[in-house]
Amino acid sequence: MKVLVMMSGGVDSSVAAALLRDQGHDVVGVTLKLWGGESDSGCCSVSDVDDARRVADALGLVHHVFNFGDAFTDHVVAPYAADHRAGRTPNPCIECNRHIKFAAVDERARSLGFDAVATGHHARIATRPDGTRRIARGADTAKDQSYVLHMLGQDQLARTLLPLGGMQKSEVRSLAADLGLRTAAKPDSQDVCFITKTSGRGSFLDRMIPLTPGTVVDGAGQAVGSVEAVELVTLGQRKGLGLAGGGAPRYAVDVDVATATVTVGSKRDLLVDEQPVAGLQWAAGAVAGPVLVQSSAHGVPVPATVHPVADGRAVVRWDQPQRRVAAGQSVVAYEGDEVAGGATAI
Amino acid sequence: MPFAYLDHAASTPMRPEAVAALVEVLEHTPGNPSGQHRWARDARRRLDDARDGIASLLGIEPGGVVFTSGGTESDNLAIRGVLGAYGGRALCSEIEHHAVLDVVHASGGGTVAVDASGRLDLEHLADELAADPEISVVSVMLANNEVGTLQDLDAVADVIEAARPTHPRGLVLHTDAVAAAAWVDLAPTVARADLVTVSGHKVGGPKGIGVLAVRPGVTIAPLLIGGGQERERRSGTPDVAGAVALGVAMAETSRDRITVTDRVRDHAERLVTGLTEAVDHVRTTIPPRSVEGVANIVHLSCREISSEALLFLLDEAGVAASAGSSCASGALEPSHVVEALGVAPDWVAGALRLSLGWTTTDEEIDHALAVVPAAIAQLRSPEEPAA
Repeated sequence: MKVLVMMSGGVDSSVAAALLRDQGHDVVGVTLKLWGGESDSGCCSVSDVDDARRVADALGLVHHVFNFGDAFTDHVVAPYAADHRAGRTPNPCIECNRHIKFAAVDERARSLGFDAVATGHHARIATRPDGTRRIARGADTAKDQSYVLHMLGQDQLARTLLPLGGMQKSEVRSLAADLGLRTAAKPDSQDVCFITKTSGRGSFLDRMIPLTPGTVVDGAGQAVGSVEAVELVTLGQRKGLGLAGGGAPRYAVDVDVATATVTVGSKRDLLVDEQPVAGLQWAAGAVAGPVLVQSSAHGVPVPATVHPVADGRAVVRWDQPQRRVAAGQSVVAYEGDEVAGGATAI
Repeated sequence: MPFAYLDHAASTPMRPEAVAALVEVLEHTPGNPSGQHRWARDARRRLDDARDGIASLLGIEPGGVVFTSGGTESDNLAIRGVLGAYGGRALCSEIEHHAVLDVVHASGGGTVAVDASGRLDLEHLADELAADPEISVVSVMLANNEVGTLQDLDAVADVIEAARPTHPRGLVLHTDAVAAAAWVDLAPTVARADLVTVSGHKVGGPKGIGVLAVRPGVTIAPLLIGGGQERERRSGTPDVAGAVALGVAMAETSRDRITVTDRVRDHAERLVTGLTEAVDHVRTTIPPRSVEGVANIVHLSCREISSEALLFLLDEAGVAASAGSSCASGALEPSHVVEALGVAPDWVAGALRLSLGWTTTDEEIDHALAVVPAAIAQLRSPEEPAA
């Protein structure tokens, strides 16, 4: 097959490219220029692009750089800022997968005559008895990235290769070392690519949106603290709320951007029986029975059932009360290891 | 596999005579031209022979030829050199190469508009000069490297001349002749420019060598100081082999310029006709016959496709082409030149530059005429790729 492998300049996608080559595919590497501003690897992530290019050279692969900067700004960065402004907690990596990697790039790959796109995500694509496919957890449970790929539909799954799904991260690194790839010992990237470690999320958002100082109140409406920017507070947050020490831990249990008010309460005040969601998409048909629901990238999946309402809206009914999920976070339902569907908390 | 190297405006193959000269000097001339012995004298002689030859092709005194590392250094040296010597501000056209544009912007200078064909708006130039007596250097490229438009440098010089009395710091005219050098009779064309930039690898010489020609009476402050080489204008041991090879390349280019230009113009004509007539929604970015341009650049605008995707397919099919300019990561950036021409937005995304050169053959044009339409067709109907 003719495969376009997205090479970020990290060890995972380097090894993914090597494996695909060794499986006999006709492989071309591409690095995406997504963000033109500052990043931890320099302007336009030049050092990451260089790493990807040199790995491709070492593997004997043709390498290109595609500029999807405008699409990234429109579909990932701008919504990220708008979500924060509205008091939501977005996951930009998921939006990038949804709108860029498995949409705009996939479309580009199709038009260029590629049969498939590939990435170095730690996740598998499971084929079910009826021929439909679902994203499934990677073999390395600590590195599993199925959560951030939950939105992939049947068309995309049929055209996507995830060659690392069955591997442990340690195997990936040792394979990279065996192949002499320069990225073998490169640290994993953890953070949002357009936010630098040194200046952080607050300073990034400060340049994008007006930040509003907020009042922190308790359940009785009594002012107990203050925050510099109510847009930066996430539901369930404990630190940075300007609260006096001592007493039981208190958490942000409500964030109201319109009135610039953060309400704090006990852990129990966060617990709910149901979680409303929107944009529900099933990977391969609706699942009415019990599922395991995960609501953050490395969260623990908990038993629940999903009850569609209308227009993609639904209610996740927890078997046991759970902490409320911050609006904007992805809520992903699993059957065993397989992603049954996903939605966004509202 | 058949191929078509149509990216000569990015870099053109070296003339074999220049390669031979380069190797010969590298092999036989070990001396540093600044030394006090026969090896040094030998190196010095080779360097100055090259300088004489290049000076005569540029129509300038040999002492005015400053060897640099290439076009970018020459452009920087010209503008920053004048600002360093005379003070004041710089002004340039809005379609200059980044090696000029970014230097002018960084020094607080402004730009002059061009029309839809890429010709400088001379009234705008005069207005800008009248409005700011602090302007001390004006930079206008002889030919644009993306779309090929040639400026009427004499007309530009007339405007500069008229503005000189009102500019107490002096008013220096610099021209970046990098894209034009292989295609025009340089000496008469740049006769009224005070500073002229030429780059080696655009005229069949090596990469990493260039010239800034400086007219007598014009002072430039150096960017590099140290050993005082090149008459204190560019310190550093000169690249003797590169300078000799550049001299040979320029001489060869000048020798067969008319023959090569005629041949390339025919090739270019065939490309333009073949592509604009055979493919829907493809047109020349500069309106046909609206302006004089260098013979070797064909710049097309294609609707409904992206340059980046088109270049990918052309590369796969063995056609080297380009579009816009690349950023540090290698990603394609939208072209400031195409933007300055005021091309309609739906035509901008699908820019394509095919640039020809002294090695271009009929077979390469045939190959391009087969490959480019098929690639455009594939991108316009991805579900049914062209066979």
